[in-house]
Amino acid sequence: MRYNGHSEIIMIEKLKEILRHRELILILVSRELKARYRGTVLGFFWSLFNPLLLMLVYTVVFGFIIGGGRVAGFESTKLYALFLFNGILPWTWFSSSLLESSNVLMVQGALIKKIKFPIEVLPIMVVTTNMVHFLFGLPVLVAFFLIFGKSLTWWVLFLPVSLLAQYIFTMGLCFLVSALTVHFRDIKDILANLITLWFFATPIIYTYESVPKALQYVLNLNPMTHIVESYHYAFYFGSLPHWKRFSVTILVGLLFFYMGYLLFDKLRDTYVEEV
Amino acid sequence: MEAVQVHDVYKFYKKYADRHKFLTIKSALVNKTLFGDLQAGERFEALRGVSLDVKSGQTLGIIGENGSGKSTLLKILAGISKPTTGEVITNGRISALIELGAGFHPEISGRENIFINGVILGLTRKQIQEKYQEIVRFAELEEFIDNPVKSYSSGMFMRLGFSIAINVNPDILLVDEVLAVGDASFVPKCLDKINEFRRQGKTIIYVSHDLATIERICDDVIWMKKGKIEMRGYPKRVVDAYLEYIGKKDEKKSLVQHGEEEKLSGNEKEKRWGSREIEISNVKMFDAANREKYIFEADEPLAIQFDVEARAAESDFVFGIGVYNGEGVNCYGSNTLLENYAARQIQGKGKVRLTMPALGLVNGSYFLDIAVHKRDGYPFDYHHFQYTFRVTSSHRDVGIARIPHHWEFSDNIALFKNEDS
Repeated sequence: MRYNGHSEIIMIEKLKEILRHRELILILVSRELKARYRGTVLGFFWSLFNPLLLMLVYTVVFGFIIGGGRVAGFESTKLYALFLFNGILPWTWFSSSLLESSNVLMVQGALIKKIKFPIEVLPIMVVTTNMVHFLFGLPVLVAFFLIFGKSLTWWVLFLPVSLLAQYIFTMGLCFLVSALTVHFRDIKDILANLITLWFFATPIIYTYESVPKALQYVLNLNPMTHIVESYHYAFYFGSLPHWKRFSVTILVGLLFFYMGYLLFDKLRDTYVEEV
Repeated sequence: MEAVQVHDVYKFYKKYADRHKFLTIKSALVNKTLFGDLQAGERFEALRGVSLDVKSGQTLGIIGENGSGKSTLLKILAGISKPTTGEVITNGRISALIELGAGFHPEISGRENIFINGVILGLTRKQIQEKYQEIVRFAELEEFIDNPVKSYSSGMFMRLGFSIAINVNPDILLVDEVLAVGDASFVPKCLDKINEFRRQGKTIIYVSHDLATIERICDDVIWMKKGKIEMRGYPKRVVDAYLEYIGKKDEKKSLVQHGEEEKLSGNEKEKRWGSREIEISNVKMFDAANREKYIFEADEPLAIQFDVEARAAESDFVFGIGVYNGEGVNCYGSNTLLENYAARQIQGKGKVRLTMPALGLVNGSYFLDIAVHKRDGYPFDYHHFQYTFRVTSSHRDVGIARIPHHWEFSDNIALFKNEDS
C-alpha cells in the first residue's frame, strides 16, 4: 500500500472501493438499528412515531379544523390521511438522513481519528439505516390502504425504481452535507430550517395538481417533488408517474451523487484533523 | 525486505486561533479562507522531514517527550492521517493499536461488538467467527460477553479491544501506549502476545514512555524530538541518551523550582497544610560529596536537609518523610516517633538532616513528603509531593525498591555475567 500527499483515482475505481465495504456498511447499519431498538419497549414503533404524528396532525388540521370534515380535492379525510402518509414516509427517510449526516462525522469521530477507516461509509450508513426504517414503515402503509378500503395496483412494483432514485439523490446531498459540516458547523442549523421549507415546497400535504400552473414550474425544480410523486403514483394513484420528469430527476440525482462524492473525497484528508 | 518505508515526511497541522475554532460560512466568505492553503506561522509542524525504514520482522521502539511527533508518525504509518508532503510505503496487513475499542457501541453486547469491530478492522464475518472463541478467551470475558458494553469496566473494555485488534493477525503491528491503561494483570499477557508476534517474524512498531519495556522488546529504537528523528540505534544506547537528556532538563527544572520555593503561591496550599507553629523551609537534597542534586544513581547516598523554625517552645513534635514513586505508590515512610525518638524541646531556628547511605530505588521519578506534626498527627507543617528527584541508572530491574540480593547457582548451571550491564 502506498499513500502520499496527492492521490487521484478515477470515479469507477472509487465506486468499486465502496462496494468492497458492503459488509462493513451492512454491519454498521445493523448496529445502528439494534442500538436504536435496544432498551426501548416500543422499539420499532418509535421510527414510525414521527410520520404517524405528522399524518395525524395534518389530517386533523386540514380535514377537521379548516376543512370541516373534508379536504379540497379528496373524496374523504381517510383518503387524505392515506395520501399524507404515502408522502410523509419517504420524506422522513430523506429529512432524517440529511439531518443525521450533518453530524455523523463528528459523532463517529473516534472511528475517523483512531482507526484507518473508509469514511464515506458513514454517510452511506446514515442513508441506508433510514432507508431500512422507511422499509419497515411500508407494511404499515399497506395496512392503512387495506383498512381504509382503498385497493392497491400492480404499480406498487414501481417502488424499487423510486427507492433507487431517492437513494442516489439523498446520498449525493448527504455526502455534500457531511463533508461541509465538518468545516462549517453552522450548516447544521441552516439545514434544519431549510428542511422545513423544503417540506412545504414538496407536494406532501397537498397534491401536485392542486397547485396553480405558475407555481408548478417552481415545484418542478425540486427533485423531491418528482420522487415523492413517484411514490404517490405507485400507491395512491396506482398509475405510471410522469416519466419524463422522473427520468430527469434520476439524472439530476446522479449528478448530485457524483458532485457530492467528489467533494467528499476531495476533503477526505481534512476530516481526521477537523472532526 | 522492508515492511515500512518513510521518505522525508512532513506533517503540518492548522494552528487554531482561540477566537474561532470552527469556521462559519460567513467568516469564511468574509476572510476568503475557504479551503485556502496554510501559510507558515499558522501551522504547527508535527513532523519535519522524517525518513526511516523498518525491515520485515523487526521490532522498532519509538520514544520521545509528549508532542515530539511519535503519535503523529504512528497515525501516518497506520494510514489514518496523510503526510502533508513525503511518502509512506507499507508492505502487509496493518493493525494499529492506537485506541482500543474505538467504534464499540455501548448499547449492544460484547459479542456483537466483536463482530462489528472486527469488520471495522478489516476482517470478514467468517474470519471473526473462526477467531471468536479465542478473542473472548484472551479477553477473559466469557461470563460477560452477552452484556452490553456500557456495563464493562475500563479494564474489560480495554481487554476486549486489545483482543480483537491482536486477532486481526496483522503483518505489521503498531502499538501506541495502549497498555498504559490496562489492568496490571493483563499487561504482561499483552506483552507475551507481542513477544509471540516477534517470534513469528512480524514487524512491530511500539510507541511508549515505558523505557524498560522498550529496551526489553525492541531490536532498534528511535528517539523523536521536535518532529525529527534525534537518534536511532541499539535500544540501550538510545534510551540512555534520552534519559541523560531528560535528566539534564529535569535537573534544570528542579533547581528552578527550588529557587522559587520561598514564594508560596495559592495553588500550593493543597500541597501544604498545617498550623505553622513549627515551619519547614528550604528543603534540599545532597549527594555523598554534599553537592545539591536531584538526579541520583540507584544505590547512591542521598541526604535530605531542611530548616525548621518554631515560633514558640514546643515539646510534642515528630519529623517524618515519605517517598512516593511516579504512580503515587508509597515506597518508604518513616518518622522520628516510629524510630523511638522522644521529643524534648524545639525553639527558634534549626536544621534537620536525614541521610540514606544507599537509596535503593529503581529508575524513575519520585516525590517527597516532608512533615512535622504532633504525636497524635496534628500537623504543624505538612509538605505533600512538594519535592521531586529522579533515579536514573544503568540497572534495569523493576519494582518499588532495590532489595539487596545476590544470585547463587549450583555447579551444573552455567551462567556468564556481562559486566557492562
